[in-house]
Amino acid sequence: MSRQTSVLYDVPGPRQRRITLISSLVAVVVLLAGAYLLIYRPLADKGQLSMELWGPLVDPSNENFSQVWERLWVGLKNTLIAAALAILASLVVGTLIAVLRIQLKSLTRRRFTGLATPLAYLLRGLSGTLSVITRICVEVFRGLPVVLTIFFVARGFPEFGVSFDNLWYLVIGLTVYNAVVIAEILRSGMEGLPGGQAEAAAAIGLSPFQTTGLILLPQAFRIMLPALISQLVVVLKDTSLGFIISYEETLNIGKQIIGVLGNPIQVYVVIAVLFIAINYSLSKLAQYAERRLSRGRRTTGAAPPTPPPAALTSQAEGAGGGI
Amino acid sequence: MNVLIDKFDVFAGGFWLTLQICVLAAIGALILGAVVAVLRISPVPPLRAVGTTYVNIFRNMPLTVVLFFAAFGLPALGSNADFLRIPGLDAIFSRLGTDLPYFRFGLIALVLYTAAFVCEALRSGVNAVPAGQAEAARSLGLTFGQNLRYVVLPQSWKASVVPLGSVIIAMIKNSALVGFFGVVGDLSQTADQLTSAGGYAFIPVAIGISVGYLIMTVPLGALLDRIEKRQAVAR
Repeated sequence: MSRQTSVLYDVPGPRQRRITLISSLVAVVVLLAGAYLLIYRPLADKGQLSMELWGPLVDPSNENFSQVWERLWVGLKNTLIAAALAILASLVVGTLIAVLRIQLKSLTRRRFTGLATPLAYLLRGLSGTLSVITRICVEVFRGLPVVLTIFFVARGFPEFGVSFDNLWYLVIGLTVYNAVVIAEILRSGMEGLPGGQAEAAAAIGLSPFQTTGLILLPQAFRIMLPALISQLVVVLKDTSLGFIISYEETLNIGKQIIGVLGNPIQVYVVIAVLFIAINYSLSKLAQYAERRLSRGRRTTGAAPPTPPPAALTSQAEGAGGGI
Repeated sequence: MNVLIDKFDVFAGGFWLTLQICVLAAIGALILGAVVAVLRISPVPPLRAVGTTYVNIFRNMPLTVVLFFAAFGLPALGSNADFLRIPGLDAIFSRLGTDLPYFRFGLIALVLYTAAFVCEALRSGVNAVPAGQAEAARSLGLTFGQNLRYVVLPQSWKASVVPLGSVIIAMIKNSALVGFFGVVGDLSQTADQLTSAGGYAFIPVAIGISVGYLIMTVPLGALLDRIEKRQAVAR
């Protein structure tokens, strides 16, 4: 921690250390007083700390304890199932979109010599149009809130006489958004690679498709692994949106429990702790992967991997915001 | 397609309300995020711990849970977020015909949630400044304030403006959620309203709502792309 902050401060001397110690003590006192006045007092005044409300969640001897946790467990399982399906589907679809976009982009640069002139122009026009269309699709779905894609899927599919289980609406809605984000992550990873990689692949006679599949994509996955894991956190958080289409995930179960027991704050605290525990360990995993990767690179003596463009990854991560 | 023309004022109203929420939440989140970022890089360990805890909690929690806390937890504590009724802002809030507290609840949740991401964007900017810069400034005899003002902040600002913009874009998209938490009349609630109760065809409504969000997110994204490209060249 102190190494991170050393940009702004020198290594503290004896006087500075004394000042830091004193202000630490003052800060602790102020923070405790603040926590007491702003958090403990309002909760206690409203009787929110009573065992009557907390009992079903934390006290194993309570009559409702086992039932409540059984339900919460069901919800958690549903959340994890939806998240796993969504991330798998988005990885597959996202990879396909990324490859498609890269291929189309190289196709638009080809001149199709050797073919009859009108045919060549037709092919060039076609690849150009397809490239623009995919680009527009990506921009549109990246700019839409995930709540709305889920909502549109759940409302729109029955309109056309297609109806599924709620789980699939949620998975499809999440996939539509996250596949596009993952496609952009992978694409920027591939475009960030040194140009020599693709040139060397072409020189040894690999087709453009082989170049992407064998040379570019594996390296893009490797560089973008931390960003992909953070996207997993985003998906996990976004499954909580299942409540708007009444999919039985953790929050929805929580709502049912609240309906019976009438203890909103307590149930949401427990659910929040569950989410934070899972997501925090996932973000730690992402950090670990990042460290591992950069270390592996250094020992092989290769150039450090290009960091992903900040706009892309942080937008995806910020979107973890749920949408 | 008639619904787009017939109900244009509903769409426009929804867009306007969503824009209001976004602007207010962005201001709040930038202020709170800056405060948390200051906490996180302060030399006092307990303050740093508070900042880190805040970021870890809100970054790993779904916005939905934060909204549930705001919309159901605060009333359970007997508060309807009246402390947000600052006289100057009241003129903007009162646009809602009936004075429901949900607008304020949604705003609180969005601000709390987004502030964590804003803090991270700002902090990563400060950390991106090479340590030698600040060291050189100190050895020239600049005070802490001068160091920040003339050396560290101008550089960190450059590094954090693009991540900040992305956070704001994400927040605009996140704001769609408040429509499902009792805020009447914003874009996403309009979608629900028109398709279920209004009985309008689904596709045109979906298009209208999508366009409403895309107007806000796509140009901002394009702007960020440009800034990023320009910076990449400058470096």
